Amino acid sequence: MEKILEVTNLQVTFTTYGGTVKAVRGVDFHLNKGETLAIVGESGCGKSVTSNAIMRLIPNPPGKITAGSIVFKGKDLAKYSEKRMRSIRGVDISMIFQDPMTALNPTLTIGTQLMEGLISHHGVSSKEAKKKAIEMMDLVGISNPEERLKQYPHQFSGGMRQRIVIAIALICEPDLLIADEPTTALDVTIQAQILELFEKIQAATGVSIILITHDLGVVAKIADRIAVMYAGKIIETGTKREIFYKPQHPYTQGLLNSVPRLDLKGEKLIPIDGTPPDLFSPPAGCPFTARCPFAMEVCDKVYPASKELTESHQVNCWLQDERAKQLLTAVPLSK
Amino acid sequence: MKATKDGKAMHSPSQIPDEWFKWKEKDEGAAEIVSRPSLSYWKDAWRRLLKNKLAMLGLVFLVILAIMAIFGPILSPYEVNQQDLPNQYQPPSEEHWFGTDNAGRDVFTRTWYGARISLFVGLMAALIDVTIGIIWGGISGYKGGRTDNVMMRIIEILYGLPYLLVVILLLVVLGPSLSTIIIALTVTGWVGMARIVRGQVLQIKNYEFVLASKSFGTRSSRIIRKNLLPNTMGPIIVQMTLTVPSAIFAEAFLSFIGLGIQSPFASWGVMANDSLGAILSGNWWTLFFPAFFISFTMFAFNVLGDGLQDALDPKLRK
Amino acid sequence: MLKYILKRFLIMLVTLWVIISLTFILMVSIPGSPFNSDQSSNETIRANLEAHYNLDQPYHIQYFLYLKSIATFDFGPSIKQPNQSVNDLLSRGFPISFELGILTIIVAVISGIILGILAALRHNGVIDYLAMGIAVLGISIPNFILATLLIQQVAVTWGLLPTATWSSPAHMILPIAALATGPMAIIARLTRSTMLEVLTQDYIKMAKAKGLSPWKIVFKHALRNALMPVITIMGTLLAGILTGTFVIEQIFAIPGMGKYFVESINQRDYPVIMGTTVFYSAFLIIMLFLVDIAYGIIDPRIKFHRKGGE
Repeated sequence: MEKILEVTNLQVTFTTYGGTVKAVRGVDFHLNKGETLAIVGESGCGKSVTSNAIMRLIPNPPGKITAGSIVFKGKDLAKYSEKRMRSIRGVDISMIFQDPMTALNPTLTIGTQLMEGLISHHGVSSKEAKKKAIEMMDLVGISNPEERLKQYPHQFSGGMRQRIVIAIALICEPDLLIADEPTTALDVTIQAQILELFEKIQAATGVSIILITHDLGVVAKIADRIAVMYAGKIIETGTKREIFYKPQHPYTQGLLNSVPRLDLKGEKLIPIDGTPPDLFSPPAGCPFTARCPFAMEVCDKVYPASKELTESHQVNCWLQDERAKQLLTAVPLSK
Repeated sequence: MKATKDGKAMHSPSQIPDEWFKWKEKDEGAAEIVSRPSLSYWKDAWRRLLKNKLAMLGLVFLVILAIMAIFGPILSPYEVNQQDLPNQYQPPSEEHWFGTDNAGRDVFTRTWYGARISLFVGLMAALIDVTIGIIWGGISGYKGGRTDNVMMRIIEILYGLPYLLVVILLLVVLGPSLSTIIIALTVTGWVGMARIVRGQVLQIKNYEFVLASKSFGTRSSRIIRKNLLPNTMGPIIVQMTLTVPSAIFAEAFLSFIGLGIQSPFASWGVMANDSLGAILSGNWWTLFFPAFFISFTMFAFNVLGDGLQDALDPKLRK
Repeated sequence: MLKYILKRFLIMLVTLWVIISLTFILMVSIPGSPFNSDQSSNETIRANLEAHYNLDQPYHIQYFLYLKSIATFDFGPSIKQPNQSVNDLLSRGFPISFELGILTIIVAVISGIILGILAALRHNGVIDYLAMGIAVLGISIPNFILATLLIQQVAVTWGLLPTATWSSPAHMILPIAALATGPMAIIARLTRSTMLEVLTQDYIKMAKAKGLSPWKIVFKHALRNALMPVITIMGTLLAGILTGTFVIEQIFAIPGMGKYFVESINQRDYPVIMGTTVFYSAFLIIMLFLVDIAYGIIDPRIKFHRKGGE
């Protein structure tokens, strides 16, 4: 399969009053053409920072990409100048934000906001842009598009606004769409509609999607592959099937146990105790050690290397080590 | 399996010693440790204010000014209105640190008397504004409904009245004096404060902790005293620090158009007004000292107000 | 929208009525009545006054006739200058004051916005500190002191510009500078802080994600929203500039309404004080109303957000 994006050893830090926050600490992942990759994790784990880094939208200062490469269609975006990056944004890579209530400019009409990207990148006439805008409004399921182009954001409901945001993101026909918590701010019924819209769009345009979310329900619905992120690192990746049915990392298991599931009736929900570590001074070893029910001495000391279980399934956990497996059978955990 | 004691560069799992593979002792609560100490709201605000150099400069200046306003005149051998016509327009010297004015009066002595008047006018105006504002805004916001509606309409109308024009009108009729100036400044001045208090009260009224005390049947007055007031203090303090300089400015402005404080008082505005002609003839000190102290006092209150706003606004807390 | 305009209009009318009534009450409550004191010894003036204010009538009739005369823009005679009415003074002085005021607003708004944007775009940079330093000084130094300093330095010491009067563009520079600095500083600070806030909004991030140029992001997406609060304080600024003209015209000997007004205060020329106050108040209240309406037109959300005040 053709890789459209490959991120290697990405590191992002923020300099603040209290010190330097290492928000993303060496992230590797790739995205195949036409697939949907979900990056899952608790808030503050660095998933949004990762997505912003791909778009090179990390505000500098205080943020900075300190290492790593972001190879998109064979070119390393991490080395691009700001000006060159601008010709990528909105054209080749687009982004959808969490809250549709704030993502649209309240003082400009929907039409202006929809068409401006097209006009400034492709220099099309406003007539052509309008034609394309109406086409996009149809695609995302907004009726009466010609009239609605003249309206302002406050005249639309939350779900409608998110459809408009999606239309804006897609109007230049990008190859990659990054959706940062696209359904979090919406009602549950609207969430389902928006997810269906993503599926429909992917079928129609073949766009590759990176979906940033903390909601495993969303992931179950539309992701092909899943990357689980914790404290600035990706700790497990795999296909949807592998992550949901054979989770290897205790954190992934904990995440799945803390979500209500219809297919497992009668099972108790088990929350993960504790909070993620302080990223001002992240631990040397596995960041999950303090909360992990299977913590070993080694976990505190050294960060585990990635282990390939199948071609698509990788995990960073000491439990994969032969000696840990011996320990599990020899000295069972009391809990 | 090879075990190395060398702790460095252990990238390959085979380099990790076997004895590290044992269950970790659970230290209870380790995951719960909050890494930064949590400070109380006021302590935290004070700490942030201390970090703001400009605001601290303002605060230090105001403290010194207040001390000099009280003790400054005692340091000087001259009386505030002691005229000495042969010695008019003396430049600053050992006898007269800030020089003398057109009537030979000592500018140093008069400057600190002026500080008394200006600070008194400013602080009294702010204090009265706050008192009326809290009562009006508090009742309006807390009661809500019709009461709020009527009270807000009154505020809206008063807010529309041009502040300084009303002050001028009142002073023309009442005649300028220390008390009438303060009255005139506060007749419509409290409106801004009342609006702020009402906004705060409306916002906080629906917070869960207030709803909680209400549902326990706590009395209204107690809710206002224990819950609402402490939480509305931030914006009120900021508004106060901004009311003082505007009152000081208004007093100086009124002196300038002939409605200032009359002798035997010497306010900075009166001193500046008296010296306008003098500056053209080169007697710069007569204007410089009152002008400098008006400006620097306003500056000090403004930067202190800004600093307090930053320090007290929890939204910016990071 | 129409309901909103109507509500504002009603409040404006009530405010006008309050200020007019206030002047009347204060006028009749001046001890010993201003009109029959020794000040108005001139026979013509006394006759004019009695005719205009109907002093022989009971108060409620006086009040009614006073309202009527103001509704017809007749502000009565002056006590001090025979055969001069307040209207004469206004028609002579107001155009000059208006010119001074308008030029001041233009200078203050343009320079304030530019300064604020520069400061926000170079947040925590040298330009930011410089601009905010100027702004804090501008807010702290009262306009009459600034005016005196400017005359002393620019006009007297350096001899670059004329010191007084309002006869050529060169004469206008110093008064406008003295009067515009304060409002400019306020606008600059407000523009900076709202601009900084707007720049962190999601829709700005969205505009960046669209690949728009920084220029387009600032001027098309950010500035419009950042200027909304500037419009809301225009009323207050106008009031400040208007009262500022009183002292600036006095210091620069500009023959505007402000100068006459200050003279009338010093001479206790009550009808001129009352008439000018009512005229200026009406002017400001109407301006405030227009600013409110303008805000409603510019901000498409107004209908939803303005309910029940701020």
